[in-house]
Amino acid sequence: MTTGSISRISGPVVTAEGLRGSMMYEVVRVGTDALFGEIIRLDKNEAVIQVYEDTSGLKVGEKVESTGTQFSVALGPGLLSSIYDGIQRPLPVLYEMSGDFISRGVFPPGLDLSRKWRFTPVVSVGDEVREGDLIGIVPEFHIEHRIMVPPSVSGKVREILEGDYTVSDPVCILDDGTKIAMMQLWPARKPRPYRKKMDPDTLLITGQRIFDTMFPVAKGGTAMIPGGFGTGKTVAEQTLAKWSDTRIVVYIGCGERGNEMTDVLYEFPELIDPRTGLPLIERTVLIANTSNMPVAAREASIYTGITIAEYYRDMGYDVALMADSTSRWGEALREISGRLEEMPGEEGYPAYLATRLAAFYERAGRVVCKGMDERIGSITIIGAVSPPGGDFSEPITQNTLRVAGTFWALDTALAYRRHFPSVNWIKSYSLYLESLEDWYEKEVAEDWKDLREEAIYLLQKEVELQEIVQLVGPDALPDSEKLILEVSRIIREDFLQQSAFHEIDSFCSLDKQYWMMKVILTFHEKAKKAMNRGIGIDSIMQLPVKKAIGRMKELSDAEMVREHIDRITIDIDSLMEEDR
Amino acid sequence: MTDLLVSREYRTITNVAGPLIFISNAKDVSYDEIVRIRLPDGEERTGRVLEISKDVAVVQVFEGTTGIDNRLTSAEFTGKPLTMKLSPDILGRTFNGIGKPRDGGPDIIEEMEVDVNGMPINPVARDKPEDFIQTGMSAIDGLNTLVRGQKLPIFSGAGLPANKLAAQIGRQAKVLGEGEQFSVVFAAMGITFREASFFTRSFERSGALGRVVFFMNLTNDPTIERLTTPRCALTVAEYLAYTLNHHVLVILTDMINYCEALREISTAREEVPGRRGYPGYMYTDLSTIYERAGKIKGKKGSITQIPILTMPDDDITHPVPDLTGYITEGQIVLSRDLFRRGGDPPIDVLPCLSRLMNSGIGEGKTREDHRNVADQLYASYAYGRDLRRLVAIVGEEALTELDRKYLKLADEFEKTFISQGDENRAIARTLEIGWNLLAMLPEEELKRINESYIEKYHPGYQEE
Repeated sequence: MTTGSISRISGPVVTAEGLRGSMMYEVVRVGTDALFGEIIRLDKNEAVIQVYEDTSGLKVGEKVESTGTQFSVALGPGLLSSIYDGIQRPLPVLYEMSGDFISRGVFPPGLDLSRKWRFTPVVSVGDEVREGDLIGIVPEFHIEHRIMVPPSVSGKVREILEGDYTVSDPVCILDDGTKIAMMQLWPARKPRPYRKKMDPDTLLITGQRIFDTMFPVAKGGTAMIPGGFGTGKTVAEQTLAKWSDTRIVVYIGCGERGNEMTDVLYEFPELIDPRTGLPLIERTVLIANTSNMPVAAREASIYTGITIAEYYRDMGYDVALMADSTSRWGEALREISGRLEEMPGEEGYPAYLATRLAAFYERAGRVVCKGMDERIGSITIIGAVSPPGGDFSEPITQNTLRVAGTFWALDTALAYRRHFPSVNWIKSYSLYLESLEDWYEKEVAEDWKDLREEAIYLLQKEVELQEIVQLVGPDALPDSEKLILEVSRIIREDFLQQSAFHEIDSFCSLDKQYWMMKVILTFHEKAKKAMNRGIGIDSIMQLPVKKAIGRMKELSDAEMVREHIDRITIDIDSLMEEDR
Repeated sequence: MTDLLVSREYRTITNVAGPLIFISNAKDVSYDEIVRIRLPDGEERTGRVLEISKDVAVVQVFEGTTGIDNRLTSAEFTGKPLTMKLSPDILGRTFNGIGKPRDGGPDIIEEMEVDVNGMPINPVARDKPEDFIQTGMSAIDGLNTLVRGQKLPIFSGAGLPANKLAAQIGRQAKVLGEGEQFSVVFAAMGITFREASFFTRSFERSGALGRVVFFMNLTNDPTIERLTTPRCALTVAEYLAYTLNHHVLVILTDMINYCEALREISTAREEVPGRRGYPGYMYTDLSTIYERAGKIKGKKGSITQIPILTMPDDDITHPVPDLTGYITEGQIVLSRDLFRRGGDPPIDVLPCLSRLMNSGIGEGKTREDHRNVADQLYASYAYGRDLRRLVAIVGEEALTELDRKYLKLADEFEKTFISQGDENRAIARTLEIGWNLLAMLPEEELKRINESYIEKYHPGYQEE
């Protein structure tokens, strides 16, 4: 451990001398207040440090102490339902220590060191264990928290305990004297190891029609949601955090609004997970580094979040990670880079932006974990992107596009007319359709693929027809094309639109999604037939069943949706009857 | 604190560039501290340390560098960041951009002295904003509801009546059924005397002058002081809200001038520019202003912000409105088109948004059908507006009967719902007008509205 002194201060970037022998990304304590910093560049005798706290009042000449460790995340029981800042300081503890405002130089540990957890071993004395093997379990809410042998540790169990212990008490001692506690530290910037990566083949069920039916993301996949302000990125991210069918959710509020985090904090303990019947907060880890909190900690928040996600993945769980917004993270990079006087790339972003972004998204995936029992876990990353001016050609959107598997393009024009989720169905895409085909066939219905393609076709056709209408007016279209316009309007308004705040509609089961789509397309089919027999489009559009289709989303049961198919047949048949 | 008694005065200014001076060999300088600068003719100015290294300290001079020389001018480091003196006497007073009185009155005898930079509120300490503020404006109350603790900017264009709107909100805003202490903090950044006196008169007329604190940095005042104007104002607002338990409305105008001052400093420091020359850290910088709105658990007061900004060339994608929109909880957008057609206020509701609306409306707050009515009005009006473009090409005759109804609704909506002049409308009246408009459509078109509300509130059912 060496001590140096500050030689230059420029915003969150501080240069120190005399830290020879320190390593990159080593944690240092800066100044008399011992502010938390990290070395980001070494230059002969000088070390450049990004400071995670406000640097006002620092002086040249104040001491800088290195700690010999990298910025690490504390992993163990107690993470769930916690809320941290970007460098894993628990915010409720900070609140108790320093009041309403976040003050400096205060470092409570990431996990409660005094709380006792019931540890039940699953190995016995004499067992051979290797990295990733389970040694015991701890109940953490309804999750079975699996205590694993930390990476690069192995040996024979000499002693194993059972009972109530704190996270730092050793619960297992190996032959060579290595003590294993329930808590392990892991450097945030280093991906945790796994045995091998696998192709994602299971749908991440979100209960949102535009996502599940139209542009799905697989468990272990990556998705991006870019959109200008007011297009509903945050609502989409929060909806996904609420309804995704993963065991664990890590939600990173990266450089976003304080009131939004408050909203999550108020809402999540009250919301009930529809699958387990338990409060959503019990499966959630929140990381809140709001826009006015120090910019360097914003850069770190993404890594803190993904490390926690990897830890639960290693237990063999499906984890979803929401990052809102990765643009703010990129801007933090840009800000630090600017202070370092690095040569800027596009729009002032550093040249390594693409590499960093890709490295982050690559930490997603479905993997076989380390350990004997070959657990399978996954991390799905869903990153929001806030392109300046809603312009998707900017560097963060473009670089994310290269690595993300699903692209949900939010559209300002849709948001203006309150079409939510404002996902543009023409621009968006999913690269997981093929690998999920078998899954849909097995779990939903055999004709799911056909239905989806039909719906996409109609929506695409609508765009073309609209162009014609803009030129010559709707009267110029033949009836069959007018019908396409009507049906695609039904798809847009009665299927794609989904209220995140409606009691029933906020979550739509796959079954219900399937039947809603089936009903709409059946309506199209039957209407087409009726029109072929000379029935006018107006009388079809005035059928009571059309109004009922508009209210389908309010039905709680898929079976009730399915009944509409018969009603369509009856209504249209009777119409043809009258005509005769 | 003994070191503060030692005067540290330097006559080592080596460089002057734009609003910055470079002082060499300064010892024991701390980042962000305030510097007092004495010119050869005895004039005193204030500066702030922006960057320090071993041999040189970079200082930003608030009042500008005109007349500063590099031989006789001296600089004294105070060891303190910029602070604001606070006591209940500040109500009714006028200050300049760095918090000094400019109304000719005496200095404030402080009960406390606070760093104007403030500190980030711990998200855990925040209270959920959910008290409906009735502004009396239908476009806001009905469609983009303002709640206490929200930051809701007005995006305006040159020549559009943003000030009139802000003043009207300031005059009419009230929380239903409550008679609590409220006050207004008004921060003017680079606006003209005419605009400033418009606000002063408006507060005077409503008899609220004694509850307003003014911060005035007018067009002819030093540009650099604009950087501290909102911070001083918000420090006062925090004091009023969290110490004196007031509900504070903060009006910041015009944020574009603030950002230009920020750009000026950035350019003088030769920083790598982001979009349109604005510095890359502008988002973070703006957030340290806007995020100071809110409510804190256990405190009675609240801070509601209404920043006004003029979009250059009415361009909402310009970096300043763009970054503002990403931080604030929605926006109210004025439209030139509507203004020309006599809209008063000319609020274009389509790009408007209030992110906290849902927590401020509904049963017990406004009315159960509020959300549904707002959604339906939005959807119907948006569709009607689309049709206008179509009509321009193919004529109204080519439309279906239903589409003609939508077209009519869009026109009526602008005339009766948005436009209201000086009328102060209660929320019930706003919703009533909304229902009357919706009644122009066939009932099955009202898909966004719960059927039970239709039966309860639809004018068609009332008459029976």
